[in-house]
Amino acid sequence: MSDTISQITTPVRLDYLHTANPLLARFLMGLQEERILGRVCSQCEKVYVPARATCPACCVPTGGDIEVQHTGVVTTFCVVNIPFEGQLIEPPYACAHVLLDGADVQIFHLVSGCDVGEVRMGMRVRAVWAPEGERPLSLESIRHFAPTGEPDALFENYREYL
Amino acid sequence: VAAASGEVLTAEFVLEYAYKRSLGSVLTHFFSGLKARRIFGVRTPSNQVLVPPPEADPRTGVTCSEMVEVGQSGFVTGWSWEREPRQNHPLQEPFAWVLVKLDGADSALLHCLEVPGPDQVETGMRVRVQWVDTPVGSIRDIRCFVAEGR
Repeated sequence: MSDTISQITTPVRLDYLHTANPLLARFLMGLQEERILGRVCSQCEKVYVPARATCPACCVPTGGDIEVQHTGVVTTFCVVNIPFEGQLIEPPYACAHVLLDGADVQIFHLVSGCDVGEVRMGMRVRAVWAPEGERPLSLESIRHFAPTGEPDALFENYREYL
Repeated sequence: VAAASGEVLTAEFVLEYAYKRSLGSVLTHFFSGLKARRIFGVRTPSNQVLVPPPEADPRTGVTCSEMVEVGQSGFVTGWSWEREPRQNHPLQEPFAWVLVKLDGADSALLHCLEVPGPDQVETGMRVRVQWVDTPVGSIRDIRCFVAEGR
C-alpha cells in the first residue's frame, strides 16, 4: 500500500427493525394469497396500494379495503446497465413504476419476460407470482411483471400519475 | 426477511453504503500522516492551528495549506459517556467520546477515550494517543486516547 492516502472509504451502515402496521401486515399477508390489497380514501376516493391508514392528500382516514387487479401499466421505467455493490440481479434489467388497474398509486417493481429494449411507457403488464410456499412477506412474492401483449395504454390515461 | 408473530410483522433491514471519498491535498496530508503515526493540522491566516485540518479557514473562508505537526497528547475539552457501544463504534466496551485539544492545536478532535468508567473522565484531564499496531491511513489508526500517565 502506498504511503500517500488520497482516498478513504467511509462506510455508512444502519441496522434497523421495521414493524409493519396492521394494514401493511394485511397487505403483506395478502400477497401470499395472490391478493393485492389497497385502501380507498373516504374523501378523494383514491386507492392506495399498499393499503395505508390515512390519505396523505386529504389528511383523513382511509375507508374500505379494496383488492386491485394483477394487471397494470408501466408509467415510467429505467434499464439498469451498470453493476454496483450489493446488486442482486445481473444487468441489464428493467425497473418500472406499475400502475395497477384499480389503483391510484404506482408500485415499483421489475419488468421481465421480454427484452429490456422492449419495455416502454404505456406497456401493459401482469404480475408473475412466486410459487405458493415460496412467497416472502414482501413485494418479492411477485417475481416480476411481464408483458400481457395487450395494446399499450394511452398516455392520457396515465399521465396524471407521472 | 420477515417473521410473523401473531398479527405483528417485523423485519430486520440493513442499509449500507461504502462511500469512497477523495481527500484533496489537506486531508491527504492528514491521513498520510496518520499512517506514519503523526498528526497534522493546518495553520489558518489568523495563526490558529486546526486539527483535524479543514481546507479553508472557517472564520474567513480563506484557503489553508500550511500543514503543522501537533503533539500526540492533549487535554479533554468536553466528553460524554457511551454506555452501549454499537457494532461500528471504535471500542466495544463502554467508553467516553472526547473532544481532545492536542498540544500545539487550537481546535479539538473528536475521538474515543478508553477508561474504566465515567467517574474517571473529566474536562481538562490530560490524555494521549494510543496507535493501532498497523496504521493504514484512517482515523481509526488512533485506536483510542488513554489517560496520560497510565
